[in-house]
Amino acid sequence: MFRYLVRRLLQMVLAFFGTTLIVYALMFAGQGDPIQALAGERPVSEAQRAYLTEKFHLDQTGVGGFFYRYVDYVGNLLRGDLGDSLTGRKISDMLAQAWPVTVKLAIIGLLVAILVGVTAGIIAGLRRGGIFDNATLALTLLVLGIPTIVLAPLAQYFLGVKLPLFPPTAGSEPSIYALLLPGIVLGSLSLATALRLTRTSVAENLRSDYVRTAKAKGLPIRRIVSVHVLRNSLIPVITFLGVELGNLMSGAIITEGVFNIPGVGFNLFRGIKTEDGPLVVGLVSVLVVVYLVSNLVVDVLYAVLDPRIRYE
Amino acid sequence: MSELETVAAAEMSGGKADPAARPRSLAGDAWRDLRRNPIFWISLVLVLAVTAMAAFPGLFTSNDPHDCTLARQHAGPGGGAPFGYDFQGCDIYARSVFGARASLLVGAFSALVTGLIAITVGMLAGYFGRWIDAALSRVIDVVLGIPLLLAAIVMLKRISSDSPNVRIIAVIFVLSILGWTTAARVIRSSVISAKQQDYVAAARMLGAGNGRTMWRHILPNSLAPVIVVLTIALGSFIAAEATLSFLGIGLRAPTISWGIDIDAGRTHMRESAIPLVVPSTFLALTVLAFIMLGDAIRDAFDPKLR
Repeated sequence: MFRYLVRRLLQMVLAFFGTTLIVYALMFAGQGDPIQALAGERPVSEAQRAYLTEKFHLDQTGVGGFFYRYVDYVGNLLRGDLGDSLTGRKISDMLAQAWPVTVKLAIIGLLVAILVGVTAGIIAGLRRGGIFDNATLALTLLVLGIPTIVLAPLAQYFLGVKLPLFPPTAGSEPSIYALLLPGIVLGSLSLATALRLTRTSVAENLRSDYVRTAKAKGLPIRRIVSVHVLRNSLIPVITFLGVELGNLMSGAIITEGVFNIPGVGFNLFRGIKTEDGPLVVGLVSVLVVVYLVSNLVVDVLYAVLDPRIRYE
Repeated sequence: MSELETVAAAEMSGGKADPAARPRSLAGDAWRDLRRNPIFWISLVLVLAVTAMAAFPGLFTSNDPHDCTLARQHAGPGGGAPFGYDFQGCDIYARSVFGARASLLVGAFSALVTGLIAITVGMLAGYFGRWIDAALSRVIDVVLGIPLLLAAIVMLKRISSDSPNVRIIAVIFVLSILGWTTAARVIRSSVISAKQQDYVAAARMLGAGNGRTMWRHILPNSLAPVIVVLTIALGSFIAAEATLSFLGIGLRAPTISWGIDIDAGRTHMRESAIPLVVPSTFLALTVLAFIMLGDAIRDAFDPKLR
C-alpha cells in the first residue's frame, strides 16, 4: 500500500510539472511580444507592461531565462500567489470569493447524479432488458450526446424564461434554489454515466457466484440486493463520482457562464471573453492542480475500497 | 411427429445447415445485427444528411448566410427562410446549413489526425512492449490527465490570427493533440492480443520483418475497434469545436459555426428564442448521430456488451 501511494504520488508530481510546463511554455515560448500575447488584442498601458515585465522576469533571455521564469511561476503557484488580473484585482482574492460558489454548485450536481443516476441505475440493472432499462438507456444516450452549450441555454430559456420555474440567472449571492437548475444541467452528464455504470455493475454482480450462494442459503432477495450486490457494485460508481467531483469543479465554465454564477468557471469565462491573459492562466493553473489532486485521491480511494486491486 | 415439431426441426436443421455451408464472419454477423437496428439507420441517415449539407449547402438553401440586413431583425419566416431571421437579420436556417461545413471539417480531420497518432503510438507500444510500452504508456497517462477544455483554452489563446483557415487548423491541431489517448489505448490492447495469434507467428516464420508484420498483418486485424472509437470521438470533437467557438476562442466570424450562432442566439434569447433553438438542434442532432452510430456498431461487433 505504501509503495503504491509513493508511486502514485511521484506520478502526480510528474504530471503536475508536465502540465504546468506545457501551460507555461504555451504562454510565453517563441512569442514576439509575450506581454501583448497575454493581453490579446487589448492595448497594454506602460504601467501594466512594467508590472508584467517585472513579475515574469521578461528582461532575462534565452532558455535559461525561460526555466528561471518557469521555476518562479511554479514557486508562486505553490505559494498561492497568482498575481493580478489585468483589471488590477488580486487573482487569489477573486478565487477565494469564487471558490465556495463553485463547490456548492458541484455538490448539487453530484447529489443530482447520485440520487437520480444511481437509483435509476440500480432499478435498470435489476430489471435488465425491461421497459425501464431500455428507456433509461435511450435517455442517457441522448443526454450524453447533447453538448452543454446546447443544454444550458435551452434549459435556461425553457425552464427559466418561458416557464418561470427557476430563476434564469443566479446573480452575485446565489441561493441554493437559484443554483438548482444549473446544478441539474451540470450534473446531467455525470448522471447519465453514473446510471450506465451502476446498471452494468449491478447486472454483472447479479450473475456472480456469491449471489447464487446467498440465494441457495435462502436469503430473501431484498437482503441479497441491498447487502451483497449493492456493496460490490457501488465500488466503481463511487470512484467514478469522485473523479466527477474534480471534473465538475474544473468543468463548470459553460454552465457558470450561461447562468451568471459568480464561481471560478464564470471568472474564467469572463477572462476569456475580455482577453484577460493573466487571469486565464492563473485560473487554469489552479484548476489543473485541482483536477490532478482529485484524480490522485480517487485512485487511492479505489485501492482502499476494493481489496481485489493489487497495489503493485 | 406433430406439425409443430416438424417445423421446429426444419428450422433447427436449416439454422445449422447455413453456417456449415458458408461460415459467417464476425463482420457478417455484425452486419446482420446492424441491419435490424433502427438506431443504426436513423443515425446513418442523419450523418449522411449532415455530410451532404457540408459538401453541397446550396442543395438545402438558396439564401446567402452572409446576407444580413438589420431591417429584417428577428423577422418571421418568409423569403426562403423557413425559421426567419436572427438579431443581425441573417437567415437562421441558411446559417445553420452552412455551419455544417466547419463543424464536419474540424470533426473529420481531428478524428483522422487522432487516428494516425493513436495508431502509431498504440502499435509501437503494443508490438514492442517492454520499455517502449512503459514509456509510451506514461506519456498517455500524462496527456489523459490534462483536462481537454482547459488546455485547449490556453493553447488557443496563443492564436491571435483571424484568418479562417489558420483558426480551423489550430482547432484541429489542439483537439487532436489532446484527444488521441483513448484511441491509442484501444489500439495498444488489440495489438497485444493480435500479436499472439498464429498468423503472426506464421508471417514471422516466413521471414517478415517487424515493419511488414506490424502494418500488413497486425494492423488490419486490430483496426475495427479503433474505428468505432473514432466515430464516437468525431461526434465529441464536433461538440468540442462548438464549445470553443461558443467561448470565442475557437472559430471566429466570418467562418460560420454553430457554436458562434448559439452564443449569439443566447444573448438575444429574450427577444426571440428561434436563433438559439435552430443551431442548437443542428449541433445536438449531429453529435448524437455520430455517437449513436458508433454505439450501434460497437454493440454489433461486441455481443458481450449487450
